[in-house]
Amino acid sequence: MAPTALVLVAHSTLLAQGCAQVAAQMAPDVVILPAGGLAGAHDDDGLGTSYDLVERQVRQAFRDGAVHVVLITDLGSATLTAQSVAEMLDDDRILVADAPFVEGAVAAAVTAQGGANGGQVLAAAEEAAGSFRPPRSAAPEVPPGPPQDQGDGQVVRRTVELRNRHGLHARPAAMVARRVGEFDARVWVNGVDATSVLALMGLGLTRGARVELQATGPHAAQVIEMISADVEAGFGEE
Amino acid sequence: MQQLDGGWARAWIRECARVIAEQRVALMELDRAIGDGDHGENLDRGFSAAAARLAEFPADSPGEVLRLTAATLMSTVGGAAGPLYGTAFLRAARTAGDDDLDPGRLAAMLQAAVEGITTRGRARAGDKTMVDAWAPAAQAARRAAGEGTVQEVLQAAATAAAEGARATEPWVARKGRASYLGERARGHRDPGAQSSALLLQAAVSAVHQVTVSEQES
Repeated sequence: MAPTALVLVAHSTLLAQGCAQVAAQMAPDVVILPAGGLAGAHDDDGLGTSYDLVERQVRQAFRDGAVHVVLITDLGSATLTAQSVAEMLDDDRILVADAPFVEGAVAAAVTAQGGANGGQVLAAAEEAAGSFRPPRSAAPEVPPGPPQDQGDGQVVRRTVELRNRHGLHARPAAMVARRVGEFDARVWVNGVDATSVLALMGLGLTRGARVELQATGPHAAQVIEMISADVEAGFGEE
Repeated sequence: MQQLDGGWARAWIRECARVIAEQRVALMELDRAIGDGDHGENLDRGFSAAAARLAEFPADSPGEVLRLTAATLMSTVGGAAGPLYGTAFLRAARTAGDDDLDPGRLAAMLQAAVEGITTRGRARAGDKTMVDAWAPAAQAARRAAGEGTVQEVLQAAATAAAEGARATEPWVARKGRASYLGERARGHRDPGAQSSALLLQAAVSAVHQVTVSEQES
């Protein structure tokens, strides 16, 4: 079980559950608990956030073995409620992310799956806000990309073709990111950091697309070997 | 020096429950004009629950009473008002600590409540929110605490809060749901500022209901 758990706080029960489902698909070993809506509470439409439900889920996450719990919220009063729970419980193992709900939850889940602590998971959630900016706009700022080959043989490269029908969607992207975490290496896929699920998904690669892998580090060759095998096996999908 | 004890804090919360119940419809009407109309109902539910829990709970110090109130408001009021009032009472409880309250501590408690509300809600004075009642109240309390009694500190706070709430009427809101209304929010008093003023007036009424403990200063 991963040491950092997530509690997803939303105005709607379905929204929180759906988001937890998406995130869990990419992070099978992370405790991800939805805390959405006012089910059973006073409001007619059931929309809103319940302090008691959020607190209950945070306590549940600790009972499930979490060392840290990161809360991710949708709008307005959900954020106020989450912050209030953290303040009332007065426990610095509880962290509230200032992050977009879905993107933050996905980024946090994948980071938590890799065994990250609460601070690292929080940072991953908060950085997710920038992940869906247009990838190739005229922006002069160049993200830290793969190293240029200095001719010293340090960069391992391989190009493979995507075989599964749906391409590099959420689940395969999470598989790639997790794979990188298993090795002592840095990896880029088509120029983006392969530890970022959101960046991988943002490439929009579909069946037949060429996947250019680059890696550096002591395990560069092994990680390229593993990821290539995953891609060529269609990530176990059709 | 006069001090307020847990008996006063209990009386305050009981009085809050009574006044909010009495003003429930009026608060809902204010909120219907510029919000979603449930402020009176939500607060009524919250303070009724707080008063009921206090009746069963052996809380002795003002800090304990306010902390239990904070927890109850958080879990029963809902919306944004639950976390905001909950945080205000929680910060006040922490500042109150385990001791009885002298004028200086009372003023510090109100200041802590304002800081809790502004931290949580990210609103500032002039945004047409409950901050517009609490901020002048805390300031007036601080001024009165220099030479005043506990009653005078609370009265100064209540008067300033009522004036602050009235002052929100001509304003456009910059926070909360009313901010979506733009110019249409003008001419309506902010319901959160109004309920805040009622709560601070209840603190004054509570002093009259209990024996103020007289101690050598």
